[in-house]
Amino acid sequence: MADTMEADAPVIELRNISKTYGHGEAEVHAMDGVSLSIAKGEFVAIMGPSGSGKSTAMNMIGCLDRPTSGDYLFNGVHVGDLTKDQRAILRRNYLGFVFQGFNLLARTSALDNVELPLIYKGVPAAERRAQALDALAKVGLKGREHHDPSELSGGQQQRAAIARALVGSPQVLLADEPTGNLDTKLSVEIMELLKLLNERDHITIVMVTHEEDMATYAHRVVWMVDGRVERDGPPAEVFNHERHSA
Amino acid sequence: MIWETIRLAIQAIFRNALRSILTVLGIVIGVAAVIAMVTVGQGSSDQVTADVAKLGTNVLMVMPGAGQMGPGNNSVSAALDIKDVEALIDQLSSVRTAAPYNQTSLNAVYGTEDTRTSVAGTDTRYLDVVDWPIVLGRGFLPTEESSGKAVCIIGETVRQELFGNTDPLGEKIRLKNVSCEVIGLLEAKGASSFGSDQDDIVLMPITAFQRRVTGSSDITMIYAAAATNVSTDRTLVDIEALMRERRRISDGEEDDFNVRDMKQMASMLTGITDVLTGLLSAVAAVSLLVGGIGIMNIMLVSVTERTREIGIRLAVGATANQVLLQFLVEAIVLSMIGGLVGILSGLGLAAVASNLMAIPFSPDAAIVAIAFLFSAAVGVIFGYFPARRAARLDPIEALRHQ
Ligand SMILES: Nc1ncnc2c1ncn2[C@@H]1O[C@H](COP(=O)(O)OP(=O)(O)O)[C@@H](O)[C@H]1O
Ligand SMILES: [Mg+2]
Repeated sequence: MADTMEADAPVIELRNISKTYGHGEAEVHAMDGVSLSIAKGEFVAIMGPSGSGKSTAMNMIGCLDRPTSGDYLFNGVHVGDLTKDQRAILRRNYLGFVFQGFNLLARTSALDNVELPLIYKGVPAAERRAQALDALAKVGLKGREHHDPSELSGGQQQRAAIARALVGSPQVLLADEPTGNLDTKLSVEIMELLKLLNERDHITIVMVTHEEDMATYAHRVVWMVDGRVERDGPPAEVFNHERHSA
Repeated sequence: MIWETIRLAIQAIFRNALRSILTVLGIVIGVAAVIAMVTVGQGSSDQVTADVAKLGTNVLMVMPGAGQMGPGNNSVSAALDIKDVEALIDQLSSVRTAAPYNQTSLNAVYGTEDTRTSVAGTDTRYLDVVDWPIVLGRGFLPTEESSGKAVCIIGETVRQELFGNTDPLGEKIRLKNVSCEVIGLLEAKGASSFGSDQDDIVLMPITAFQRRVTGSSDITMIYAAAATNVSTDRTLVDIEALMRERRRISDGEEDDFNVRDMKQMASMLTGITDVLTGLLSAVAAVSLLVGGIGIMNIMLVSVTERTREIGIRLAVGATANQVLLQFLVEAIVLSMIGGLVGILSGLGLAAVASNLMAIPFSPDAAIVAIAFLFSAAVGVIFGYFPARRAARLDPIEALRHQ
């Protein structure tokens, strides 16, 4: 897929995407005609009030979900046409996930957690170990490889989760409220790490956050309200507008 | 990939050791029961066969009564007579020797010692028929046999019970109201197929037994040995013909007596053991089935409990088949471990039981292999449904699950 990609073609392209849950009275339009294009190397923050469809958009971008209507092109491929397994393979090869709740496997060492995506990719054991150790070193967890999640602090757990998202060298890293469970100091550390990965390794990052301070690390803020994109632009511009309209 | 999956399965099993133990308990018990049952059953069959070989396959028994089963059914038919014994020996070349055998159960008393034992009235020829040597003292003298003198030959167990390790020869034991001099000690034989102790016995001359114990001249059983180079089947036919003649049974009438050889007795006994083993194994198989349902139950609970874990695996790129395989392999590995533990404890149980019952320990490789394969099959069958449920989970729903 990546080989046939044109230089300036977007990695992620949502075309008029809607996602509806429930029927009749209970119908909820979690996404309501969202169009969004994200280029390679961008660092985008999705913001907006609770229930505005941010997580739904992330799941859509992450190929975990399929739209009710509209087209999603990932590297020019129509995700809506892919089977469940094809989407799983796409996820393992091109995408890395970081969740708010860390979502590490319990009673499983940081190293084993990080190796997980490589196991499904079929990477041989020795190479897998080397790559996982490398990813853990990148996020500053050298020396903690054999700790269980319960033996790691919140910040360290999230670093391990980032290492797991990074380990397959994905094109895009998706982070849904990655600092939601962390205090300010740790949040800043995590944001610095994401910024470094974006600038040094040119990984495209899409992140959902509630906090303006965190969103300022991004190049671009997408502001969602009621399943629609209300603003899209550089952080300062979007925040300025929101403050004036509020 | 498959080795990786097995490694992951073992990891998951040990990560939740307690639940794993509870899950396989049913399998362990089922397999252990089957293995123990079959092994002990096989052991007792082997014991019967060995006993028969020891007793001599050329031994036949003649009993009054028309029933299929042995003695006890002689209420209507005439008893046997000592003349029958002599006739068998004198008139049949296929009979090497024969002896009368009347038996009852009595208390044997010596001083303050007292033991319930089997008392049989017979003659010296019996020891020849069943090939049972006297290790101490002597057999009955012809004069003792004809006069009905109260003398007796005792088995090893009776000696232990009444005399401990002292010399019993010349001592007098009391049986009912008969005072009886011990003149010989039989070689120790050990337990028989029934688990009854063959050495728990006192022999006295048939004449003395008839006169002083039962007060009747009837003979309830005759032991006969086939002549060398003559088959027992042949001897059996000869004895039947002679007995019909002696008892004046006309053609077309049924026998009012029974002739059995030890082979028949053996197959009857092993037949009973086989039926018992079969029945108990069926019960055990049902418990295996219950064990399988237990596995399915706990695997289903496990899938629910691990929904979030499954969500993570799907999010990082596991395909449905990879998740299915993981849970299936987990169920199979789990039930194979259960099978293995069951086999080992079943064999251990059988070894202990065999030792207690004094029968040979006869493990059967085929049964062990079948039990192992069966437990693996239980894993496949009962693990599939939960595994499929895990594989079909929606990644978003699974991740949202608390
Ligand atoms: N699986 C679902 N079933 C029904 N409604 C859902 C589901 N997922 C999300 N929603 C609804 O869609 C809307 C958007 O949800 P979400 O994308 O999680 O918002 P956010 O992440 O911005 O808080 C909410 O009203 C939510 O209740
Ligand atoms: Mg959300």
